Amino acid sequence: MRAVRGGGPVNKIFEIPLYPYARNADQDAAMPAHHRVAVVGAGPIGLGMAIDLAMRGVEVVVLDDNDRVSFGSRAVCYAKRPLEILDRLGCGQPMVDKGVEWNLGKVFFDTRQIYDFNLLPEGGHERPAFINLQQYYFEEYLVDRLRALQAEGAPIDLRGGSKVVDVENGNERATLTIDTPDGPYRITADWVVACDGAASPTRRMLGLDFIGKVFEDNFLIADVIMQADFPTERWFWFDPPFNRGQSALLHKQPDNVWRIDFQIGWDIDREAELKPENIDRRLRAMLGQDIRYELEWSSIYTFQCRRMERFHEGRVIFAGDAAHQVSPFGARGANSGLQDTDNLAWKLALILDGKAPESLLDSYDTERIHGADENIRNSTRSTDFITPKSDISRIFRDAVLDLAEAYDFARPLVNSGRLSLPCIYDGSPLNTPDALPDGPARSRPGAPCPDAPLGNGYLLRRLGGGFTLLTIDAEAPESVAADGMVATRIALSKGEDASGALAERYLGAASAAIYLIRPDQHVAARWPAYDAAAVQAAIRRAIGKE
Amino acid sequence: MNDLTLTANIPDADDFYAELIAAHDGLTKAESDALNARLVLILANHIGDRAVLRRALAAARNPGKE
Repeated sequence: MRAVRGGGPVNKIFEIPLYPYARNADQDAAMPAHHRVAVVGAGPIGLGMAIDLAMRGVEVVVLDDNDRVSFGSRAVCYAKRPLEILDRLGCGQPMVDKGVEWNLGKVFFDTRQIYDFNLLPEGGHERPAFINLQQYYFEEYLVDRLRALQAEGAPIDLRGGSKVVDVENGNERATLTIDTPDGPYRITADWVVACDGAASPTRRMLGLDFIGKVFEDNFLIADVIMQADFPTERWFWFDPPFNRGQSALLHKQPDNVWRIDFQIGWDIDREAELKPENIDRRLRAMLGQDIRYELEWSSIYTFQCRRMERFHEGRVIFAGDAAHQVSPFGARGANSGLQDTDNLAWKLALILDGKAPESLLDSYDTERIHGADENIRNSTRSTDFITPKSDISRIFRDAVLDLAEAYDFARPLVNSGRLSLPCIYDGSPLNTPDALPDGPARSRPGAPCPDAPLGNGYLLRRLGGGFTLLTIDAEAPESVAADGMVATRIALSKGEDASGALAERYLGAASAAIYLIRPDQHVAARWPAYDAAAVQAAIRRAIGKE
Repeated sequence: MNDLTLTANIPDADDFYAELIAAHDGLTKAESDALNARLVLILANHIGDRAVLRRALAAARNPGKE
């Protein structure tokens, strides 16, 4: 397939081998070479994991049986929190520059538009609530970032055409057998992070299972390139004439690519549905007989809402779809996967440095299982609303849609996907009990730090990737050390808070505050004033030593 | 006080909706209809205001034209 981009004909990015197989020294070693961390899978989650580790100075090798970015757009909706994580990893800007921002949505029922909504994103954040971006661009920018890190000498290696075919999980290390065009070789690693997707071969090879349920439904995705005058909005149809009894979705991506999703039911002939003439019939019924378009990608998917019982087993840790799967409604797949690696990378780096006990990994399970359960709950509810599982469920669903056209009260009940928000790690063993009761609930211990404008920049950009002691109109030393960990102070005052957002998001009714912020920008503890012993105890607690 | 509330008024609406649907789990159509009827009567009694109930009946019968 050829397409015109940037003035001349070029290959699609997903057709270009970005990391072709190349022979490496490990293949000629007499004994299996040893690595600190091996990441299995070079999708968005594996690349995010490897970049985060490399930026912390951890030597990491990424293994993927493929050699290019994902085929087709796949995950297309990225939320604010993952964009903030990407900023920390040094590659948020190209995503936002290329991505399509949207805030408006319309909901249709049968032949009528029943209402529209504006996400009305809160002001005072550097990043938008959401962008739409094809997964292949997302991966391309991550590979670009990885290459830039390599050029700076970061200890990160990306090996294409390298399929992990055996995993031996030990007490001290894991051994991987990797198949290549030149035959198999073995390596060992202190830790293996499996980011190899929903069908995770690593999970299967270790005989680990999933709990949860499969939904009996199929969705046909068609990505079409067309010059269309639809606005940049999310349009969702319940029971439209062109897809009776089912749902449909229209959403814009960059380069005039439109994501169209048709719910098509459980009992279908997959091959027939994917024939271009059948997709063409559906598209014309939906968009008009005279549309002109080029089909970029199509796929049929079914989905499951389930997770592993534990996210790590011995020396193998699971992240992203390999650990948990959700329905696509609400954009919680790739978004939650990046929050997994955000949570995991600093913990693993500290463990490898000998600064934190291995038991710190248990908090990865606790915190990210909490996140996975929240995502599974939300996306399961959306699925149940979109595809009611019983007659009575459909009766209520249709009643909600009928009422939503006339009455405001029914609109919050319409559920075509609750868009992804980061979860708050309430009850995490790493949290120190809240000592700032007058502070805002949104920044309580366990919460991800909300962004706020500061002078010409933004707060989150100042946090970096280590422990931070954020003081607002409060005295404290420039750094605090506990057990070899150092928290560096960032001193702020209401004077540089022209918009008032900092006070609203971090002070509430309090006049001063001190926050201990983790390397993943979640709040570990907060107080009204500095107390050296309390801060040191909170640091120890946040690295699993209390 | 006889205004019918038609603006959003249920905290954690998704939780409520999930509980409402779950209340029907495993029931036959006839049992579900009966549950709904009992529920309407219980809620009506809780409201206890004839004018509000009359407006609610009209709103349910012809949404937007009560």
